[in-house]
Amino acid sequence: MADVAMSGPAALSGRKMRNGVRGIFAVVLLSLLFIQPQHARADEDAFAGLATTQFNTIASSVDQIAQQGGPRALPVLRALADRKLFAAREGDGLFIRTDSGWEDARSGATVTPDEENLRPVRVNNRVRLAVVAAEAELELVSGTPAERQASANVFYQRHDPAMLPAIDKALSKTDDAALKDTLLNARAAALLSPGAPASDAQAQQQAVAKLKAAGGLDARGVLAQASTSETLDPTTRKAAEAAVSSIDFKLKLWGFGQDAFYGLSLGSVLLLAAMGLAITFGVMGVINMAHGELMMIGAYTTWLTQKAVFSVAPALGSFSLILAIPAAFLVCGALGIVIERGLIRFLYGRPLETLLATWGLSLILQQVIRSLFGPTNVAVITPPWLSGSFHLGGIEVTIDRLAIMIFAGVVMAGLMLVLRRTPLGLEMRAVTQNRRMAALMGIRTARVDALTFGLGSGIAGLAGVAVSQIDNVSPNLGQSYIIDSFLVVVFGGVGNLWGTLAAAATLGVGGKALEPLVGAVSGKILLLVLVILYIQRHPRGMFPLRGRGVES
Amino acid sequence: MTMSPRFSRRDFTKFSLAASAAMLAGVKGAAAAAPKGEPIRIGVLHSLSGTMAISETTLKDVILMLVELQNRKGGVLGRPLEAVVVDPASNWPLFAEKARQLLAVDKVASVFGCWTSVSRKSVLPVFEELNGILFYPVQYEGQECSRNVFYTGAAPNQQAIPAVDYLLSADGGGAKRFALIGTDYVYPRTTNQILQNYLKSKGIADADIMVNYTPFGQSDWQTIVSQLKAFGSAGKKTAVVSTINGDANVPFYKELGAQGISATDIPVMAFSVGEEELAGMDTKPLVGQLAAWNYFESIDSPANKSFIKEWHTYTKNPKRTTNDPMEASYIGFNLWVQAVEKVGSTDHDKVIEAMVGLKQPNLTGGTAQVLPNHHITKPVYIGEIQDDGQFNVVWQTPKEVPGMAWSPYVAETKNLIGDWTKPINCGNYDTVKKACLGAKHG
Repeated sequence: MADVAMSGPAALSGRKMRNGVRGIFAVVLLSLLFIQPQHARADEDAFAGLATTQFNTIASSVDQIAQQGGPRALPVLRALADRKLFAAREGDGLFIRTDSGWEDARSGATVTPDEENLRPVRVNNRVRLAVVAAEAELELVSGTPAERQASANVFYQRHDPAMLPAIDKALSKTDDAALKDTLLNARAAALLSPGAPASDAQAQQQAVAKLKAAGGLDARGVLAQASTSETLDPTTRKAAEAAVSSIDFKLKLWGFGQDAFYGLSLGSVLLLAAMGLAITFGVMGVINMAHGELMMIGAYTTWLTQKAVFSVAPALGSFSLILAIPAAFLVCGALGIVIERGLIRFLYGRPLETLLATWGLSLILQQVIRSLFGPTNVAVITPPWLSGSFHLGGIEVTIDRLAIMIFAGVVMAGLMLVLRRTPLGLEMRAVTQNRRMAALMGIRTARVDALTFGLGSGIAGLAGVAVSQIDNVSPNLGQSYIIDSFLVVVFGGVGNLWGTLAAAATLGVGGKALEPLVGAVSGKILLLVLVILYIQRHPRGMFPLRGRGVES
Repeated sequence: MTMSPRFSRRDFTKFSLAASAAMLAGVKGAAAAAPKGEPIRIGVLHSLSGTMAISETTLKDVILMLVELQNRKGGVLGRPLEAVVVDPASNWPLFAEKARQLLAVDKVASVFGCWTSVSRKSVLPVFEELNGILFYPVQYEGQECSRNVFYTGAAPNQQAIPAVDYLLSADGGGAKRFALIGTDYVYPRTTNQILQNYLKSKGIADADIMVNYTPFGQSDWQTIVSQLKAFGSAGKKTAVVSTINGDANVPFYKELGAQGISATDIPVMAFSVGEEELAGMDTKPLVGQLAAWNYFESIDSPANKSFIKEWHTYTKNPKRTTNDPMEASYIGFNLWVQAVEKVGSTDHDKVIEAMVGLKQPNLTGGTAQVLPNHHITKPVYIGEIQDDGQFNVVWQTPKEVPGMAWSPYVAETKNLIGDWTKPINCGNYDTVKKACLGAKHG
C-alpha cells in the first residue's frame, strides 16, 4: 500500500520534489490510519487470557499474542511452553520463573512476587499447538535461518488457511531456495485445506501438482483430505486422488528400503546380544544362561555412569554414554572372570550342570539388582546427539538405531581383531581346538578360559550399553534377550562369528519383512517356525564349523 | 518360593507418626491402645518376583502400610491385623495354588491381590469354591461379576469410554481416526472390542480404526510406529489408544520420540501407564501424551497429601511415587475394615453382604460407594504427562461414574447386569429374559 502511494503520484507528474513530499505525507496519513486499530488492540492486553484457567481462553490468547507481536511475545510463549509461566491466583499478574528469580511477563522487569500465591499457567495439547503455531509465526519473520526453516515446516504441517497472509509475506521477503520451496508447499497445502478462501480450479490444480511433487506423508495427508473435500472443484478432487495413489506407490517403493533399515537395525541389536554368547557358548561350549543378566548389568552400569557424570560435571552429561562403554566392558568383563573362576570352571564338560548353575546365577543377579536399585525401571537418558531422525530419500533413519548399527559393526570388527591378531586370540583358539596340546605348549589354559569368558561377558556389557538406549532398563532386561541370543548363535552355526552376523541379519530382516504382512505376533511365530524347519535340515546352523577339532 | 511368610506387627517405635496416621483416616487424637487377642489374618497375593514384580511389589507394600496404620489405631474389632504375604511369582497357576493356601491353610479373612486379568481368572474358581473374599485393585476389561470379588479398580466405562470421549471432544483434539494398539492378551483384546463398537456407535468408520497387537515385552516398535505415521496421514486427526502393558511402553514411547511423533501430532492415550512406569523413563519427549486413570499423584487434595506423606515415611523414600492401583487398594482395604466393623465379625458371607452400599472417601476428594455388582463409583481423570514425570489433569468427569460389570457395547452382554443383593443375587442377570444365566461369571 505504501509503495503504491509513493510511486503512483511520483510517476504521474514530473515535479518530483513536491509530489515526493505529498507522497510521504500520504504514507504517514495512511499508516496512521492503519496503525490506529492496532494500537486499540494492543490496549486490550492480549496477555490477560493467559491468567485464566480455561484452556480455550489461554489458546486464543496465545493466538492474539502472536498476531500482536512485540518484544515480549516470544519470551512469554517460550516460558509458557516450558511451564515457566506462572499466574497470580488473584488478579491477572503473570510472571516468568528465571534461573535467578522472577520477571514480570508483560514488561520483563525483575520482580519478587508472592510465590505462595502463584500457580503455573495451565497447558494442554491444544495450548501447545497454539504455542507452536504462534512461535512459528513470530520466528518466520525474525528468527535465524534455521528457525525460519523450522517455522516454514510448522506452517506446512499445520496447513491452516488462516496462515496464508503470513506465508505470502514471508515468501515475498526470502531468497533462500529451500525456505521458499517449503513455503510454497505450505501455501499449496493451505489452499487445499478446509476453510481456504475460494480459488479458481487452475490454482487448485497447481497446488495439487506442487504437493504431488513434494511427496511424503504430510503431502499425502493434505491430498487425501482434499480428494474428499466438498468445497473443492471436482477436477481438483480427481487430481488429488491420483496424486495420493502416486505418492502411495512411491512410499511403497521406499517402504522396502525402510523395512530393510528396520531389519538391519533389529539385526544389529541381535548381533550385539549374541556376540558375547558366540564366545562363551560358541567357542567355550558353556551354556551361559546368565548372559542376559550380564547385558542387564551393562545397562545398569550405563545408568550409574550417567548419574555420576551428571552429578560431577553436568555439562558433559550428554557424553556420559561414551564413558559408559569402557565402564560396562570392564565391569561385566571382571564379573565374567569372577563367574568363570568361582562357578564355571568346576563344571567344564557337564553342559547340563552348567545350564542349571548359570540359570540359578541369573536369578540371583536379577534379585541382587532388584534389591540394590528397586524393581522399577531406571531412566537412562538418550543424549540429544542420539535423538531424532533424518531422511535419506524416502527412508527415515532414526539416529539412535543408526548409532547401534555402527556400534555393532565396530564391536564385531574389534572382536575379530582380538581373535585373529592378538596373542590372546591365538591362545584362545589353540585352547578351544586342542586343550591338551595347548597346555603342553606352555599355554596356561585355565587363565585363557577365564579371560575368554571375561571377554564374552564384557561384550555382553557393551550390548547392555546399546540396549539401554532403546529398551527399558530393569532387572528383567536380560530375560527378553537370552532366547533371541541363543537362537542367533545356534541358527548361525556354533562357534562362527560370521555365522552369528549372518543369522542376526537374517532374523532381523526376516522379522521386519514379515511384520507388516502378518502383524507382530504372527510374524514372530512364523519366523520361529521357519528357523525350526531350517535347523531340522541343517542342525549345525548356517555356517557349520568343519574340521577334526569339531568332532571331539 | 514364599518370600517371607508372615509379617507380624512391625517395630512401630520407628514411625513416630501416629498423628498423620490419624489424619489419614480422619480419626482425631492419638492412637488407641495396642490391639490384643488373636490376630485377624489377611492375605496379600501379589507377585514379588517375575515380570509383574515391577508393578505388584508396590501394592504389597501399600497393604502392609495400611495394616500397620490400622493396628496403630487399635486394629479391627480390637484385634490386631496380620498380613500373610505370599509370592505367586507372576506365574498364573501358582496364583491359584497360593490363593488356596491362603484360604484353606492360613484361613485369611480376606485377600488383597492380583494385577493381571489372567491371574484374577486363575484364582476366581478357588475363591468361589472356598467362599473367599478378593479385593482386586486394578483397572480391567470388565465382562465379569463374581460374588466373591470386589472390583475396586476401573471397569471399562470408568476409564476406556471416558478417555475415548475426551479424544473425540474438541479439547482432546477432535480425533476422527483411531489406532488401538495393545499387548496381545485378554485385557487389550476385550477393551478394544468394546471400544471398536463404541467408536462405531459414534460414527467412526471401520476404515478409520486400526487394531494392532504385539507380543508381551515387545521392544522393537519401529515398524508399528511407522505404520502409525502412515495411518495418520489420511488427512484426519488421528489418536492412539494404547493398552500396551508394562515394560513394553518404554521402548514404544522412545520410538515415538525417535521418529518425531509428538503429542500434538498424534496423541497417545494410555490405560496402563502410571507414575510408576514414568519413573523409569526420560519424560521430556513424552510431554503432552495422555493417560486415563481414577487417581493421579499430582491431584491436590488434603487426603492425597497425607497419603503421599505416609507412603514416603513408610518406604523411607521421599521419591517413591503413588499410583492408581494403590488408591484402589487403599479404598478396598478401608471398605473391608468398615464392613467387618459393621457386622462385628470376619465371617465371609456376612462381610460380603455388608459391603454393598458402604462408602469410603477416595484420596482425590469424592466418594467411592460399593454397588450391588461389587464394583464401585469412581471419578475419571485424563492427565497429560509433564516433563517432571507427573500427570497434569486436563479433564475430569463432573461426578463419580458407577462401574458397570457388563458392557452395553458388546452384543452378548448388552442386557446383562450384576446384582448381588436380594432378590436378584446373581452376577449375570439378563434384564430382558428376566433370568439369571447361571453360575458362570465371566
